[in-house]
Amino acid sequence: MDVLTAARAQMEVSLAFHMFFAALGIGMPLLMVIAEGLWLRTGKQHYRALAKKWAKATAITFAVGAVSGTALAFELGLLWPRFMAFAGGIVGSAFALEGYAFFIEAIFLGLYLYGWERLSPRAHWLTGIPIAVSGMLSGVLVVAANAWMQNPVGFEVVNGQPVNVNPWAPFLSPAWFQMALHSTLSCYIATAFAAAGVYALGLLRGRTDAYHRSALGIALAVGAVTALLQPLSGDLSAKHVAEHQPAKLAAMEAHFETAAGVPLIIGGLPDAENGTVDYALRIPKLLSFMAKGDFDAVVTGLNDIPEDERPNVLITHVAFQVMVGAGFALMALGAWYWLARWKRRADSPLLLKALLLGSPLGFLALQTGWIVTEVGRQPWVIQGVMRTEDAVTPVQGVPVTFWGFSVLYLALGVALVSLLRYLATGGSEPEPSPKTREVVDVA
Amino acid sequence: MSPELMLAGVALLALIAYAVLAGADFGGGVWDAFARGPRRAQQREAIAQAMGPVWEANHVWLIFVIVLLFSGFPRAYAALSVALFAPFHLVLLGIILRGAAFVFRAYSPQSARTLGPGRMGRRWGAVFGAASVITPVLLGMCLGAVSAGHVRVAEGAVRIEGTAPWLTPLAWALGLFALAVCAYLAAVYLANETQGELREDFRRRALAAGTVVVALSVLVLPLLYLEAPHLWEGLLNVRAAPVLALGVLAALLSGWALLVRRLRLARLATVAQVVCLLLGWGVAQYPYLIYPDVTIQNAAATDAVLRFVLWTLPFGLALLLPSLWLLFRVFKGEHLGWRDEGV
Repeated sequence: MDVLTAARAQMEVSLAFHMFFAALGIGMPLLMVIAEGLWLRTGKQHYRALAKKWAKATAITFAVGAVSGTALAFELGLLWPRFMAFAGGIVGSAFALEGYAFFIEAIFLGLYLYGWERLSPRAHWLTGIPIAVSGMLSGVLVVAANAWMQNPVGFEVVNGQPVNVNPWAPFLSPAWFQMALHSTLSCYIATAFAAAGVYALGLLRGRTDAYHRSALGIALAVGAVTALLQPLSGDLSAKHVAEHQPAKLAAMEAHFETAAGVPLIIGGLPDAENGTVDYALRIPKLLSFMAKGDFDAVVTGLNDIPEDERPNVLITHVAFQVMVGAGFALMALGAWYWLARWKRRADSPLLLKALLLGSPLGFLALQTGWIVTEVGRQPWVIQGVMRTEDAVTPVQGVPVTFWGFSVLYLALGVALVSLLRYLATGGSEPEPSPKTREVVDVA
Repeated sequence: MSPELMLAGVALLALIAYAVLAGADFGGGVWDAFARGPRRAQQREAIAQAMGPVWEANHVWLIFVIVLLFSGFPRAYAALSVALFAPFHLVLLGIILRGAAFVFRAYSPQSARTLGPGRMGRRWGAVFGAASVITPVLLGMCLGAVSAGHVRVAEGAVRIEGTAPWLTPLAWALGLFALAVCAYLAAVYLANETQGELREDFRRRALAAGTVVVALSVLVLPLLYLEAPHLWEGLLNVRAAPVLALGVLAALLSGWALLVRRLRLARLATVAQVVCLLLGWGVAQYPYLIYPDVTIQNAAATDAVLRFVLWTLPFGLALLLPSLWLLFRVFKGEHLGWRDEGV
């Protein structure tokens, strides 16, 4: 394994691992604040039990998110020192602001998690709000750094060094708004549908109490609203990519030849060597319309991109299809649930089973979406400015650290899933009964 | 004052905050690993209670230092990342395992028989303790590595001269010194936050750790003279020497205060001691970020970016400081709960 491949693989593993917790860190506080707010409003105990349960899940996922995020801050330099030597002083302003947001989140999380008995109920609920807001803001701010890598602005290059740097550069990148919107929504969607799956399973197993029903309702209120908004933000993103990153759009859509009135290719396996897509469904002229707003518009194909500047079509296209498919499935699930609730049939086993099956789809969409963003930008680390191969570290030990970190994250992932399962099966009891304790302990 | 110097100063202050706050959390883990005697379980309980609400906020200081370093001094950050590739990865391993193990243990199933941590919890507890011991040693080694002149940087390329910079005798000594300081800080804080026999346990541990700190500083001094003469001279010059002298006085005061059980004074003096030590180190190291090729001036980002980051500080701190004050007042203050205060 050469150093570049290993460095890309390590970055991928670290980012993918962190994304789970970053998303939960944005989504869970919102659910928890809603539940506690409902408790304050109605005085019904099961809302408080829910808030407490979700706070525990937040505590575990936030801690892992914080340490894996620290790892990423280091890895930016460890794996891509030449990128950081060049861009650290530009994307740094986004990270500096994100630092404050993250700080606020960590401080108020401490207050919230350990303050149930020390703060008045109202004050306690209020400490939850900065967690939800700053969690969302730190995501939005850190995405500015990535947006700048997709669409770099606000500097000039003289003798290979950035000069005339505008400190607002990451926030001036025109990609920022739609990327931040798209990724924030995806975090809420992923969290909400994952949580919904847990309570759908509980309801299927006959725990048809207010606790499970309310949990499902809160999760799917957040999930349905965000899932319905997501295609709009996706459309904005696609139009932006079409204008600024034609190579990425062509790879996403497996669009090989520049032409007018281009069909939208759904599914299929692209063959980059022959420029064909097998097993795909084609809708005439739709890609032209979606990318440019005109059914007869010309869309740049990969043939007009220099051969050494083309991203991997197979990965980008398939990941994009999976993301869009998962997104639409979740939209349908969210709509189905609220329709069923409106008709007072939300307990239908078919719906609950569908929600259970659909619960990982939000995370699938989140992960594949980032694969589209990052693989679709290759071979550039900063689009049009610096190639990934020119950013990589000269240190030869990267394959070792790649395998080391992969094993570490795998082990932590396994431990975490078993811990969250233990939490999830604890039901609405504040503490598990001694009997379950013993069973779990022996197992 | 030039913006790059101001930013370097802010980064040093953030590093000091990290040492004083998060250092004690690592130290808590050390005492968890070495919990002994009849009150072993209570000691661990007290440590977990003291750390629980604050350790994540304390950890953010490190992220803050890193962000200031790479936004203000990107070339220095890149050079450090190449030169310290292995120890930084090990530090990350330690940080990840420490944080994850701490929460995993806290939320693991309890054992019904002993009403203490279950089997999984005990395993994560062991990981937590081990990672808490190893990480400060590595961080201290990294600090030693930038001072000894083994990392040469020319035209953006990094070259290591002689021994790996983080494995020199000086780096090892500083690593152990950092560990002892963390253990000392934690024991002094814990003695303040506990009562009765538990308090005595931590007071005795503080005295032991303080003795080790003194012994190790006696070991570090000749190594500094031999391996990092520029730092040695820097420490003795008129700017750094008074700060260090204050640090030594604070160290003596904290030891005395522990002996006569004036614990609040001991806490204050211990914090002053660590602040002076790091401040003195920073002043002595000036103007180098990595001796001898990378300085605050030649590694700095463009003026506009430095000014931007500096200008965010008053706004950021206006949000942070009241929040931190609230956090520490609620969990480290004297009051017990909102019910007791009649809120």
